[in-house]
This record gives sequence, C-alpha cells and structure tokens, in this order.
Amino acid sequence: MSKQRLGQTPSQTVGPFFHYALPYENDSNLIVGDAQGQRIVVEGKVTDGNGDPVPDVMIEIWQANATGKYDHPEDTQNKPVDPGFHGFGRCATDKDGIFRFNTVKPGAVPGPGNSLQAPHLVTFVFGRGMLKQLLTRIYFEDEAHNADDPVLNLVPEARRPTLVARKAGASTYRLDIVLQGEGETVFFDY
Amino acid sequence: MADVIGYNREEKGAQPPSLYLPYKSTEFRAPKQPLVILPHTLSEVTGPVYGHGRVLPIDADLTKQHAGEPLGERIIVSGKLLDENGRPVPHTLVEVWQCNAAGRYIHARDQHPAPLDPNFSGAGRVVTDAEGNYKFTTIKPGAYPWRNQPNAWRPAHIHFSMFGPSFINRLVTQMYFPGDPLFFQDPIFQGIPDEKARERMISRFDLDNTIPEWALAYRFDIVLRGRNATPMED
Repeated sequence: MSKQRLGQTPSQTVGPFFHYALPYENDSNLIVGDAQGQRIVVEGKVTDGNGDPVPDVMIEIWQANATGKYDHPEDTQNKPVDPGFHGFGRCATDKDGIFRFNTVKPGAVPGPGNSLQAPHLVTFVFGRGMLKQLLTRIYFEDEAHNADDPVLNLVPEARRPTLVARKAGASTYRLDIVLQGEGETVFFDY
Repeated sequence: MADVIGYNREEKGAQPPSLYLPYKSTEFRAPKQPLVILPHTLSEVTGPVYGHGRVLPIDADLTKQHAGEPLGERIIVSGKLLDENGRPVPHTLVEVWQCNAAGRYIHARDQHPAPLDPNFSGAGRVVTDAEGNYKFTTIKPGAYPWRNQPNAWRPAHIHFSMFGPSFINRLVTQMYFPGDPLFFQDPIFQGIPDEKARERMISRFDLDNTIPEWALAYRFDIVLRGRNATPMED
C-alpha cells in the first residue's frame, strides 16, 4: 500500500453530561431472549486515586456468548450465535460508583496461535477526567483456564487479581475497578 | 484457528495522555501503573456491529425532537467515517450530544445559569451509509464556563461517539468549530500533544451543504484506526 496513511482523530473525554445521550433502555442487560448458558450478574464499584467512588463514568462490555462465539463476521468458528443474547452492554455508574450487568457467562474463546482464552469480558471505562477511554478485562475466579490464559500471563502475577471477578453469590460476580492507587486495576495499551 | 489481523496502535502525538494536569480531574483518574501491552485477539477485533437499537430519521434531526423549533443557529453537520487506510467505515453507529445555543446542557448536574430550551434536548444518533457518510441537523452549541481554572470556558463543541468495525475501534471525541477564540485556554482541546492532530477535531465550514435561507453547514471527517497489513506474530 503506497497510499499515505490518514491521521487518527484524537480521543476526547465523554465529559460529565453524557447521561441523557448514551444510556438507553435495558443497556446493561445483555439477555434479550431465551439466552443459553449460565445467567450471571457482574457488578463492581469504580473508585479513584483518593479511594472515592466515581459516580460519573460509563462502563461498556463486549463478550462472547455461552459457547464462546462472538456475534461478528470475523468470528469464523463453526458455532451458532445466540439470538437470545446480545454481546454488548453499557452501564453508567450510579451515585455510589456502582455498575451492574445482567449477562451470561461467556465461553472460552480462541487466542493467539493454538491457545485458548479463558472466559472474559472486554471492558472499556469512559469518564470525565479521562481524555481517552481505558481498556481492561473482567475474568471469573472459578475458571480453570485462567491459569494458562495468554493475556493474564502477560500481567505481573501480583496484579492479576485486579482482573478476576470473585463470586459474591450464587450467580453474582464482583470486581471493583480502581482507576488509580493501591490495588490499581490493570489497564491495557492496545 | 489462524491468528487474527490486528489494528494499528495509537498514533503518537495524536492521542492524549491519561494524565494531563492542566485538566484537573485527570489527576486522580489516570492510572499510575504502566499499561500492559495487549496483542489484538479475536476479542478485540470483533465488536457490536450496529451498536444498539433502531435508529430513526428523527434521531438525526435535533431540531425536530420537540413541538417547536429550538433557538439558535441551525446547522447541518456531515462527514465521512474512514480508517487510516482511507477505507470508509459503513453501517456503524454515531452518537452525538451537545449543549443548547445558550451553552446549557439539559443534564441535571449542569448548574450553568443559562436558560434551558424546551425545544432542544441535544442528543442524536445516526448510522453511516455504505460509503461511511453521516449527516445530522442541529443548532450550533454555545460556549460555557466550567471550574477547571479561573475564568475557564469550553469552546463550542459537539460530542461524538463511534463504534466502527471492531471494539478497539471505539472512539469518543469532540468536534469543534473553526476560528474559535477559546482553544488556547481549553485543556481538553490542548490535551492532544500534536498541534496538527489537534486541528483534526476542528470542523470546516461547508458551503456545499448549506441550505440557502435555511441552514449553515460544517464538515467533520473522522478517522478510526486502520488494519495492520500483516497478521500479528504470536
């Protein structure tokens, strides 16, 4: 390709006033019908470098369905998409910094080479005071594949727990997102 | 499974740092630990294809969402979504939001003592066509004060949120207007290190799309990350 590359449009903050534009009905509920798989709640609190709850960020997640299939043309695995499930969700934090998604536990998905990635949610954080969004992942503590997940293994061992949601009830997983400071969540350069 | 073809990474200077102290609220929200470099996997190169929901024509005309016409200067904003390789980004959701002509958002937490406009909400959505084009009608937003530094004012802007072909193409930006005298003191605009890249956020006056005796027009093209030429090595 000899064509000159165009310059990327810069990222800017969503600011504090996105709430009347971006949230939509049922945005944090990925179950849109008779979804297959284990229904779960994924929730957590977002805090800042002072340890204060962050009441004005927006979390977005993208995930595979229960069999590990992404509803996207580039997922060429011979597995069905699930009409009862939508892989994208959005949730603005509440006044206490809490986010909460109703979804299904995703299946494992292919990784680089012949590797398999443990079940995870691709997670973006957008907010005031964030000129660009932050990328992280949410894994699940009760998944055997975590030990050989190719992405978790790129993370220093001591920091891996910041990416792994803990069971907080029969079907509830909890992972707090710490933007800065002690227990700071691992964010990715992508 | 074969390795996926990833996307280009951040263009140096074109994307802001997380910590930019002139913009005060970055101070306690920017990570302090180093970011972990992530190879692009199937999880990153897939994403919600249409974003969400059904988009109606009324969503692309912010001047027709209420019983009456909003106050302010009627404008048509259009442009093309492209990637860095110059390829159009078709059929993808663009969400926009803005304050009214007086510089006031309908948001409950906006305390700026400027009037609300009962005929203007300031939120719209449009899906790009097969060639990546989008167009919407609105009114020109006003400038407004904020408390970042003494006598701080945001230049007039419209917020844009885009999906694109994969989740890591996700981009939220702001469109500005040409010749705005407030750029020099705005830490959000100035948070982009490279001056040429910063100017990519400034729309240009678009005579071709003006409607005589009805509306002025601005053009704003948006460039998302392009695809790598070769697959990522593992």
